[in-house]
Amino acid sequence: MKYLEEFRDAKGVQALLAEVRRVVTRPWNLMEVCGGQTHSIIRNGIDQLLPTEIRLIHGPGCPVCVTPLNAIDKALAIASQPSVIFCSFGDMLRVPGSDKDLFRVKSEGGDVRIVYSPLDALKIARDNPTREVVFFAIGFETTAPANAMAVDLARKQGIENFSVLVSHVLVPPAMAAIMSSPVNQVQAFLAAGHVCSVMGFWEYPPLAERFHVPIVITGFEPLDVLAGILAAVRQLENGEARVENAYARVVNYEGNRPAQALLAEVFTTEERAWRGIGVIPQSGWRLSPAYEQFDAEKRFSVGEIHTCESLLCHSGEVLQGVIEPTECPAFGRECTPRTPLGATMVSSEGACAAYYNYGRMAPTRSSNDLVSLSL
Amino acid sequence: MCLAVPGQIKEVYEAGGTRMGRVDFGGITKEVCLAYLPEIAVGDYTIVHVGFAISKIDEESALETLKTFHEMGLLEEEFGVETAQ
Repeated sequence: MKYLEEFRDAKGVQALLAEVRRVVTRPWNLMEVCGGQTHSIIRNGIDQLLPTEIRLIHGPGCPVCVTPLNAIDKALAIASQPSVIFCSFGDMLRVPGSDKDLFRVKSEGGDVRIVYSPLDALKIARDNPTREVVFFAIGFETTAPANAMAVDLARKQGIENFSVLVSHVLVPPAMAAIMSSPVNQVQAFLAAGHVCSVMGFWEYPPLAERFHVPIVITGFEPLDVLAGILAAVRQLENGEARVENAYARVVNYEGNRPAQALLAEVFTTEERAWRGIGVIPQSGWRLSPAYEQFDAEKRFSVGEIHTCESLLCHSGEVLQGVIEPTECPAFGRECTPRTPLGATMVSSEGACAAYYNYGRMAPTRSSNDLVSLSL
Repeated sequence: MCLAVPGQIKEVYEAGGTRMGRVDFGGITKEVCLAYLPEIAVGDYTIVHVGFAISKIDEESALETLKTFHEMGLLEEEFGVETAQ
């Protein structure tokens, strides 16, 4: 496929790695904030090919992983109602709520359906006028335009039996929260390429300046990821903190303006709890008042939700780079992709699941580097 | 989750008042919503996420990136594509 193979070239990878080795003189911590990049890095072994000075911290880049427990529990309560057809992206189905997941609801008789696109859920609503069809609208800025369009079309086409359970998360506020953390170790960001394809990167220069942190818009193929790393390391070595675009074939400064316009109409920002991290101000989207009639939370009574997280899970520390996945006592024992305890194991794009699936079962850092779990 | 795949626009049409199209992903063709890319045309490459085209691939930038790698002396002749003019 054009625009894929060229950016997977093995000799190119070796050459870019050689350039990174030539440039680097000191230890640096880089964070990628995109589960797709985390997956690509671990699958291709990029972190193990890099010089030891460069450490990649796998940030909260998977929206499935960081969807708050409260939202999962609401989804489980709504999906259990007999009148409801509950539609979701497939990777949400085995995300554990407080006491079960959507697969369990389905096995108990709930009508839970996997869809590829929110437009598929809208079609199900059109085809089933006597049923209530609810779509679980989660995701970063990449996914939000699709969900916004589904809600807007439902309003325009008068599809009244369609609603959405919204739990969108926004990347730039999370980056600010990470940089503000007292345990922050991040010195440069690889920014999420597909989030930026929608949002552009006009939000990033103030962040780069405020925290004096290089931000490099980065793609997903091995050459893209290495080009992002090289650009970030060059900036760090030169003492610079700029926003740089290493994924220019897909991302431009402005982003997708028609998408941004509909997002501003359909959604409004609010504080959001991120699973494994906590509440971040202005880091979520919910439906704006003009679209409230499509809000599943308002349409269905879910009763009081009391969430209960696993006490064994250290995903918060993993997401901030304080520990590596393999340094969590539950990793690979109580917690596996089949029996995930928390945020970073629940989706294949979470750092813990990526480590597990690609056989990274032992810590890669020496014991001297380990940071106390009590932090 | 934010996996998005490049594909080539094969057909553009209206359906239910929305701009739609057929996109070829290296042999597999799917219907995709093109509403967010009002300018995109048949033959263009796009990035598709959950059934929506979200970005047009800029061919010039793609070649520019490959050319930069080439000029760094990194890629030599591996690609078999015109990366340097």
